[in-house]
Formats: sequence, C-alpha cells, structure tokens
Amino acid sequence: MRSLEVTLKCHKIVGGYGEGEALISHEPICFYLTNPKTGIIREKGHELEGKSVANKVLIFPSGKASSVVQIDGLFKLASNGVAPKAMIVKDVETVLIVSAVIANVPLVDRLEKDPFHIIHTGDFVKVNADEGKVTVIKSS
Amino acid sequence: MYLTKEEERILDGEFGEGMRKAMELLVAIGDAYDAEKLIPITRAHAASSGQEGDMYFVELLAKGGASCRVPTTTNPVYDMEYFHSIFEISEEEAEVPRRVKKAYKQIDAILSWSCTPYITENIPLYGEHVAFSESSATPYVNSVIGARTNREAAQSALAAGIIGKTPEYGLHFKENRKGTHLVKVEADLKDEFDYTLLGYYVAKQIGYGIPVFTGISKQPSTEQLINLCAMLNTPGAVPMFHIPGFTVEAKTVKDAFQGDVPEDKITVTDDELKRTYEEIRGASGKIDLVMLGCPHYTLKQVEEVARLLRGKKIHRDFSFWVCTSATAKLLAERNGYLSEIERAGGHVVADTCIDEPCWHPYKDKTGATDSPKCAYYRRFKEAVITRLKDCVEAAVKGEWG
Repeated sequence: MRSLEVTLKCHKIVGGYGEGEALISHEPICFYLTNPKTGIIREKGHELEGKSVANKVLIFPSGKASSVVQIDGLFKLASNGVAPKAMIVKDVETVLIVSAVIANVPLVDRLEKDPFHIIHTGDFVKVNADEGKVTVIKSS
Repeated sequence: MYLTKEEERILDGEFGEGMRKAMELLVAIGDAYDAEKLIPITRAHAASSGQEGDMYFVELLAKGGASCRVPTTTNPVYDMEYFHSIFEISEEEAEVPRRVKKAYKQIDAILSWSCTPYITENIPLYGEHVAFSESSATPYVNSVIGARTNREAAQSALAAGIIGKTPEYGLHFKENRKGTHLVKVEADLKDEFDYTLLGYYVAKQIGYGIPVFTGISKQPSTEQLINLCAMLNTPGAVPMFHIPGFTVEAKTVKDAFQGDVPEDKITVTDDELKRTYEEIRGASGKIDLVMLGCPHYTLKQVEEVARLLRGKKIHRDFSFWVCTSATAKLLAERNGYLSEIERAGGHVVADTCIDEPCWHPYKDKTGATDSPKCAYYRRFKEAVITRLKDCVEAAVKGEWG
C-alpha cells in the first residue's frame, strides 16, 4: 500500500493549523444542530446526520442559519473539545467567519482545485491556514 | 488586506488581547471579502444576545482591556429587576445574561438594550460609514437613512466598534447598493401589519438581494418601515432596499438599479398578502398571552396599545406584554400610557428581547403576536400571528377567533 500526498494552495480566512480525518458535506452546515457534547450532527435529513464533526477536517460548501445560533453552536463544540480541527469551505459569509474566530478553528477557502474532487471522506488532511497550504494524504 | 502600522501593532497584541482579538476578526472578514483596507466608522450597533457565544466574546474583550472607540449601542437582553420580582428565575439561568450585561458595561458600550437604537440613541446621518448588526437595524440605516453598513453579525459589529474601523467591501461601495429585484406593489398597504406581510412575502420570494419597491403611493410611517425591515430578514437576508420617492438613496427606479436591469421581477397584490396572512396566522382557539414589541414598539405604538385598551380589562387568565426601549417607556410613563396599560392588566417592559430565559413560564403556552419574527424565535409553544387590534381583542375576550 502506498500513500499519495498532494499539497494545494488555499486562501486563509482564519489562521492557525489543524489536521485530522476529512469529513465531506455537500450540504451547508448549521453547528447549532449538532450535539454540543459529542459533535454528532442531529439535523433531520442532513447527509451527515448521525456523523460526528469532532476533531475532523470539515469540507462543506457554506454555513447557514441565523448569526446567534450558528456562533453559539460552534462555540459550544469548541468549549467541549469536539469542534472540527479545521474547515475548508467554498463560500464564506460573515457569520461563519465570526464563528471560526470565536471558536479558534482555522478556516480557508479558494483551494486551487475543487476540494470536493480532490478530498474524500477518510483522507488525512493537514490545513496550514497561516501558510495558505492544504496537504491531502489519500487513505489508500 | 493592507494594514497601517498602528493596525499591525494592534494585531500583534501591543494594545492588549481584547483589541488583538477584535482586529483578528476584522482582518479575517476583510481577507474573506478581498477588502483592500479598513475604513473609519463613526458608530456601531452590536446585536448582543445574552447567549454563551456572545458572552465569551464580550468577556474576552473586557478582560483583554478593550473598550469602544466609537459609540456602540447594545441589543436587549432582559430587565432583570422586573422579571426576577414576578417570576422564579434560577441563578443558573440568570448567570449568562448578568455576565453579558456586566461585560458590555466594562467595554464602555452605550447600554441602550434596544433593538431599534436607530430611532433614538444611535442615529447615523446620510452617507456615514457604520457597522450595524440586528435584522431591522441593518436595512433601516442603509435604506431609510442612507448610511452605509454591511449585514454584520453581532461580534463583527462589536469588533468594528472596538477598533473604530471596518473592512471596506460590499455595501460601503455605491455600486454594490444597486437594486437586484423589482417588486411591483399592487396591494393596498393600509397599516403596519400590511408592511409586515409585505416584508415577509418578499423575503420568502427573493431570499437574498436588494429589492426595489414601486407602486407605493403613500408615505410609509417609521413603524411601517421598521416592520418591513425586520420581516425582510426573518425568512430572508435583505441588507437594504429602495422605495424610490420615499427612501433617500435613489429618486427613480432607474437610479435604484444604477442603469442595470433587474435580475427578477415580482408583483405583490392583495391576494399575496392575504395568502401570506393565512399561511402564518395559526389556529383559532384558546390563547394564554399576547407578546408585542418585536422589534421594540415605538412610543407611538405604545400609545396605540393604551388607546385600544382604554375602558377595557385584560382577561384574568391572560398575560399581556409590550416590549419597548427604555426611552419610550420613560416617555410612556410621563404621558400616562403606561398607567393606562397597567390599569388594564398589561405589562410594559424595557430592555427586553422576546428570545430570553425570562419567558420560561410560558414555554407550554400559546401566544398571540403581531410579529412573525417574534413567532419564529418564540419562547412559548404555539403562536398566533395577527394585527395589533386583534391581539388586544383576544386579550380582552380570553380567546382568539
């Protein structure tokens, strides 16, 4: 078995470094609709319903829901140590940026290649937001 | 984003951890939207919420020695003295709101505890660059006043108030303030509630955008515009709008679109308003309380409640609440409206939002309100949404419909 490693440029929004297993969501995420103690998504009908965001590198299109609940949601995950290690998104908006700054979760966008093509759930991903680099280590 | 030497030093922590964190937030937003620089603002409004995320950030600023560089007002939490004297509220439930209030005082915010500061304590002028969060506040200052703000989150507006600056992007540029959707109003807009229905319907249709309203022939009142602003941000996210002839920034429809064509057009007739009302009004039957003032009622609206209750008595099984600003409550007291409402059995309360732990005694109750926003964030179980005069009538009769 041989592991394949790819490093891609990205655009830093919230700095820092985080690494972990990739978790892909094609749908927007509202962090208020996760279990604040476990990080398990409890939004009915969400493609990640029942999966945990804890300590993952989360790849998703964008955030959703009102500012108060989104910020409170990610903050509670972070206070319980079950926030994602880093977040890679396609479209940012102010509420998601504020949430990431408050929860201290590195946030990047504009990967030089479409993250939904390059990264798959289960890959190991290192996000160096400060240097604007994402490294993907394929799982097999 | 380009930073001045002073801004770099703030980001390096030379002015303390509070200012560093505020600057980190502004830089993240600026980078995300490709802003070239920060620009000075003259004032801000922070939509403080009295929740844990809010508490964490404002306490971090306070402990880190930050204080507001420009006047920054605060959103309502709840009037602790008033509610603690009539309801059992546990120390645990009261802890977060109490700490939030203390921290905002420490950072020298203006403790307005009001969601409509733009008509009382914090009024920008035309063309001012500001940072206003809160659903009705952002579109009101952009559209009605012609000041310039992006659709801020509570903490980004607060960070801007701390630093006295905001990243230059979005609605700070004239070219981004042009209309996206043409809304032809054929409905007859008679009262404040018709503007509520209009805002709700349009936001549901367009989601995000800058609507340009035509066909409104009569000068809208302050209260009608406040309702329109709030509801445009209940099922949607509308940072500004134009009503050529009445709002300040575009005199004609052509000006409002800056010569471009609308992305889309919608027409609103009496039928759409009627259907919207039927969709949101809720079932008939027993109700337990009336909750008014989301957004905070103006002095004029408090007077109207007093007038509608004159010579009447609220049903004994019923609770009746009017949320307003501290300024309006003071004047309502001076003018006798407060005693009229209290004599009928109602409460007028300042500093209070409908989405706070103080309302927990109503968690299994059915409430009537004139505000879909109140119904959306409600702390009671079932909601009926209808006109103010119907709410008052229901409160007197003890049932709805």
